[in-house]
Amino acid sequence: MPFNIQKIRKDFPILKRKVNGYPLVYLDNAATSQKPQQVIDCIVDYYSNYNANIHRGVHTLSQEATDAYEISRQKIQKHFNAKNPFEIIFTSGTTHGINLVAQGFSEFLKEGDEIIVSAMEHHSNIVPWQMLCERTGAILNVIPMSEQGILVFSEYEKMLSEKTKLVFVNHISNALGTINPIKKIIEKAHEVDAAVLIDGAQSCSHIKPDLQALDVDFYVTSAHKMCGPTGVGILYMKEKWGNKLPPYQGGGEMIAEVTFEKTTYAGLPHKFEAGTPNICGGIAFGAAIDYLNEVGFQNIEKHENELLAYATSELLKIEGLKIYGTGPDKTSVVSFNIEGIHPYDIGTIVDKMGIAVRTGHHCAQPIMDFYKIPGTVRASFAFYNTIEEVDILVNAVKKAKMMLS
Amino acid sequence: MKIEEIQEELISEFAMFDDWVERYEYMISLGKTLPLIDENLKTEDKLIKGCQSKVWLNSEMNNGKVHFTADSDAIITKGIIAILIRAFSNQKPQDIINANTAFIDEIGLKEHLSPTRANGLVSMIKQMKLYAVAYQSQLNS
Repeated sequence: MPFNIQKIRKDFPILKRKVNGYPLVYLDNAATSQKPQQVIDCIVDYYSNYNANIHRGVHTLSQEATDAYEISRQKIQKHFNAKNPFEIIFTSGTTHGINLVAQGFSEFLKEGDEIIVSAMEHHSNIVPWQMLCERTGAILNVIPMSEQGILVFSEYEKMLSEKTKLVFVNHISNALGTINPIKKIIEKAHEVDAAVLIDGAQSCSHIKPDLQALDVDFYVTSAHKMCGPTGVGILYMKEKWGNKLPPYQGGGEMIAEVTFEKTTYAGLPHKFEAGTPNICGGIAFGAAIDYLNEVGFQNIEKHENELLAYATSELLKIEGLKIYGTGPDKTSVVSFNIEGIHPYDIGTIVDKMGIAVRTGHHCAQPIMDFYKIPGTVRASFAFYNTIEEVDILVNAVKKAKMMLS
Repeated sequence: MKIEEIQEELISEFAMFDDWVERYEYMISLGKTLPLIDENLKTEDKLIKGCQSKVWLNSEMNNGKVHFTADSDAIITKGIIAILIRAFSNQKPQDIINANTAFIDEIGLKEHLSPTRANGLVSMIKQMKLYAVAYQSQLNS
């Protein structure tokens, strides 16, 4: 399908909004994406026509809801090229998926085992591992990054040994936009039999990962970053891990048989899906994936790269402006500061002009400590943003600079 | 001047501006008049939690009145704290405790009052009132 930006923008009702009297310029896509009418319609349709609990009822509504939920799981499986639908576990989001794996691994780790994370992780991919290390006595090692915001691969290679049990890296850094070389990272980890979890929260709205080709053990992401609703995401886990890992939570849906003496667990994926799930969210996630594929990931990548290149060159024309995360492989995220001005001040002024950017440490305080800054202003672009919106941002930043310096 | 009179004065000053740009520029200029906290007092316990930017606030009691000094690493935050200090500094603790804060809304800074707002205006007011409560209890004892 040819890429028609004006047609695409019409799919997103929120983009017609005004904020503080100005047309909304939404550049906080790395925090969450906006939702197209197709996804909103899917949610309304579910609650209007076939809302029911799934996997149990024999009545028609329950069957319809179950079918829709499981069809969505298959769509997600195909999209990510997982081998089997039961390797896709519905979660409440990326953080839930990470915690599920961390909890499961506490049974396998012993004192002296090693876990590797990268220096550019989101707090949600640091804290669960610190907690895991506290529980098990395992050691947390951190892959350092360069000034450009690129992981130092040679340091990673040096860290790997037979003691390494797990490696956790984000596919794309939320604060810098750097795309990490996950294929190479996974290959190296597998050479020492370590398992790898990739945090795909930032990547899946930009690129389409092929999970079998990556040969990754675990991959997590959230629907809301991909034009889907909040409160739902997936944890992909290879079948062998699905069988090995103990259940995370007890409850309905995850059991085969229950007596007061013993409970046997259900098979995959239900073993990890205790309780009534976010049924509507799971179904709408499928609708979001359909929508993104209709737009086309090649189109998305091409358009976003144009926005990134233009925004980078225009912003750099502003004197004193510095961009953090300047590696060659990055997605449409521009994290920046202007010398002598607090990022919070810039964010406040541009918000008055209808522009939504993020300011602060972006839940990645170690990165801010690395650059010795309190935070950055982060503009993150989606495929529905335009070159004109980049111009609006650049002018607003120039105005903010004049007001603040 | 009483707190209410200062607040009325601030409201009429801000009413002179037609648009938000001028109001913010004025707020930024007020930030430059902020009675600055002594550098030695910029310690962890003087930091106000809940702000994206750093805000240090100190208080002292002289002749039955509370005096505030402060600083921030962000200019807009500095302006906000300057407005608060102008309204609440050199006042009796009981008057600070009783003071209404609706004037913030009236000078067109309503958006900063939301508790989710990262500048911590709400935390600043709370901290000033907490200091006042502490001084008032000293006076009562």
